[in-house]
Amino acid sequence: MFPEEVLEHVFSFLTSHTDRNSVSLVCKTWYEMERWCRKRVFIGNCYAVNPKVIIKRFPEVKGVELKGKPHFADFNLVPEGWGGFVWPWVVEFAKGYPWLEEIRLKRMVVSDECLEIVAKSFSKFRVLVLESCDGFSTDGLASIASHCRNLRVLDLRECEVEELSGHWLSHFPDSFTSLEVLNIACLGSEVSFSALERLVARSPKLKTLRLNRTVPLEKLSTLLQRAPQLIDFGTGSYSAEIRSDVYSSLKDAFSSCKNLKSLSGFWDVTPAYLPVVHSVCSQLTSLNLSYASTQSPELTKIRLVVLDCIEDTGLNTVSMTCKDLRELVVFPSEPFVGDAEVQLTEQGLVSVSQGCSKLQSVLYFCRQMSNSALISISKNRPNLTCFRLCIIEPTVPDYLTLEPLDVGFGSIVENCKQLTRLSMSGLLTDRVFEYIGTHAKNLDMLSIAFAGDSDLGLHHVLSGCDSLRKLEIRDCPFGDKALLANASKLEKMRSLWMSSCLVSFGACKLLGQKMPGLNVEVIDERENLNSLPEYAPVE
Amino acid sequence: MDQKKSTLDLFHDLDLATELRLGLPGSNDQPEIIKTSLSGNKRSSSEMGSSTCTDEQESRFSPPTKEQVVGWPPVRSYRKNILQVKKTDSDTGSGMYVKVSMDGAPYLRKLDLKMYKSYEELMKGLQVMFKCIIGLYSEREGYNGSQHVPTYEDKDGDWMLVGDVPWDMFISSCKRLRIMKSCEARGLGDCV
Repeated sequence: MFPEEVLEHVFSFLTSHTDRNSVSLVCKTWYEMERWCRKRVFIGNCYAVNPKVIIKRFPEVKGVELKGKPHFADFNLVPEGWGGFVWPWVVEFAKGYPWLEEIRLKRMVVSDECLEIVAKSFSKFRVLVLESCDGFSTDGLASIASHCRNLRVLDLRECEVEELSGHWLSHFPDSFTSLEVLNIACLGSEVSFSALERLVARSPKLKTLRLNRTVPLEKLSTLLQRAPQLIDFGTGSYSAEIRSDVYSSLKDAFSSCKNLKSLSGFWDVTPAYLPVVHSVCSQLTSLNLSYASTQSPELTKIRLVVLDCIEDTGLNTVSMTCKDLRELVVFPSEPFVGDAEVQLTEQGLVSVSQGCSKLQSVLYFCRQMSNSALISISKNRPNLTCFRLCIIEPTVPDYLTLEPLDVGFGSIVENCKQLTRLSMSGLLTDRVFEYIGTHAKNLDMLSIAFAGDSDLGLHHVLSGCDSLRKLEIRDCPFGDKALLANASKLEKMRSLWMSSCLVSFGACKLLGQKMPGLNVEVIDERENLNSLPEYAPVE
Repeated sequence: MDQKKSTLDLFHDLDLATELRLGLPGSNDQPEIIKTSLSGNKRSSSEMGSSTCTDEQESRFSPPTKEQVVGWPPVRSYRKNILQVKKTDSDTGSGMYVKVSMDGAPYLRKLDLKMYKSYEELMKGLQVMFKCIIGLYSEREGYNGSQHVPTYEDKDGDWMLVGDVPWDMFISSCKRLRIMKSCEARGLGDCV
C-alpha cells in the first residue's frame, strides 16, 4: 500500500475527469484520496446531480465546468424557459467553495444576479468562460469587471447578451492589469473604445483578444500596437475605405505580432485589406474566415473555418497548401436558399481528404453528396475522429445514383475506426444504422435527422454502439419498441434527445417508472397532455 | 443477466392491444415506410391541439417546406442574422453592373458599382481596367489636364461629368459610363 502522500502525488498527474472517475472506483481508500485532491470537476449535464452532493464529495475544488441545455437548443428546438439555470449552483458554490477560481459554463442561463454573486463571493476568481449562454446583460459584466481583482479570463463565446451600455469595460479599475483573455466577439453593440484601448494597454499578459464587429478596421492598428504579444486575435469589422495610411499602419502592426497563431473576426471584408495579414500567415495554426464571404488566400494552418464561398477551387488550394490541416469547418453562406450560387460540392471535401493527411475533424455544409465521395473520403482519411455532414435539403439521395447514402456513411464508420462523433444527413434507411451499430464502436456522439424507416434503426444504434453517450434524433420514425427494449443502455448514456419521432406518452411514463435512475422529460407544447391517448406520439 | 430480463419485461408490459405502429389506431394496414420528414406544421399550426388524430398524423407526415422546418439546417441563429445583415447592407444584393466604354477601345466592359465606396475607388478601378490615367477631379476645372475624362449617362439620358454629385446620388442615377478622350470632352469643362 502506498502512503497517502505518494498516492496524492500520483493522482496530481491525472487531469482528465474520466481518468479521475475511474480511479475513484478502485477502492474506498482511492475514492477518499481522489475526492480530497480533485481540483477541477466537470458535470456534463447540470441535472445529473445536486450541487450540494458535489461540494460534499469534492471539498477542494478550484474550477467547475457545467453544461446545461441539450445541443439541439442551438437550433431552437428547446422551448424558452426549459431550464439550465446556473443559479442554484452559484448559490451553493458561494457557500461551499469560497476559494473557487474558475467557472466554465455551456448552454446555461446565467442571470445578472448570478454574475454579481460570482463577482462578490470568490476573492481568488480568475476565469469566467460562458459558451452559448444567455440571460445576462452588460450590467452583469460590469459587476465582474468591478469586483474580480484577479481576473485572467473573460471569454464570452457566442452568448446572447442584453446590451444596455458599452461602458461596462470601464468598470475594470486602473489597477487591474492581470487580464490574459478577452473575448467579446458576440457583442453586437459598441463598447467604449477608449476604455478598451486603456485596458489593452495595461494588460501586458494579454494573449487572446477577440473584438466585436463594431470595432472599426481603422482602429485595429492602435490596439495591436499596444499588444504585440498577442497569440490569438479576432478583428472587428474588416471593412474600410481603401487608404494607404490605414493600410500601412495595419500592415506594420500585424508584422510586429510575432506570436500570433490564431486569427478570426473578419466581418464584412474589404478584400484589399486582406494582404496585410500575409506576413503572419505562415505562423498561423487557426484561421476563421467564416464571416468573410470572399475567397481566402493561401494560408497554412491547422484549423480552418470558412464559408462555402471558398468553393471547390478554394478547397482544392487548401488541399495542396495546408498540409498540417487538422480541422475543416465550412459553413453555408445562404442556408435557407434552395439553389446555391456558390460552387461548393462534395468535391471540395474529397480534395481536402486527399491532400491533408492530418485531417481529423470535419463539419461540412453542402448541397449534394454521393456514396462514392463518402467512400473515397473514408478511404483517404481513416484517421477521422469527427465527421459532421449537413446536406442542406433533408432526405436528399446520392445525386449520382439516387440511392440512399447508407453505403457511404457505412464506409465512414467502417474505415474510420477512431470516429467519436458523427452527424448524418441526406436520404438514409435502417441499413445505415445497421452499419453504425456494427462498426462504430468508439462513437461517443451521434446526431440523426430525417432518417431511418423503423424502430430497427434505433435498435441497431442503441444495442451496437458500445461507447455511445450522447444521441440526438429529430424527425425519425422511431417509436417505443427500440427505446424500451434498450432502456438499460440509456442509463450508461449522458443524454438522449428525441423530437418529432413516434415515441408515445405512455412509453415515456413507463420508462420513467421502470428506470428510476433515468431523468425522463416530456416536452410537448400542446395543452392537456394527459388527455391525449397513450399511443399518440409526443413532440 | 437480470438487466436483460427486465428490459424484455418492460417491453411486454406494454398493452399489446395498442401496439404501436405507424398506421392509425384501429386499422390493420402494414405500416408505410416513411421517407419524408415528419415535422410538418409543428410550430406553424395553432390548431394542433384540437385537431383530430387523423388530421394530426397527416399533417405531421407531409413533406415540409423550408419555412416550416424548425431548426434546419442546423445553423445557429446569429449566423443567420449576420448573413442577412450583409444582404441588407448591399441593397439589391445582386450588384449594380453598368456598361463602361472607352473611346478607342474595341469593346465595352461591365463594372459593378457596388464594389466601390467612393469616387477615388472607382477611378482606381477604371484606371486598372482600361490601363489609362484619369487624373484628379476638381469642381472648377473638372478633369482638366488629364488625357481621359470619365462621364456617365444619368436617369434623364444626359451625359454628366463624374464627380459633381455626392457618391450615393451618383450610384443611384448612373446608367452607364463612358471614358472620353480629353480633346473630345472640352465641351463639358471650361471652354478654352
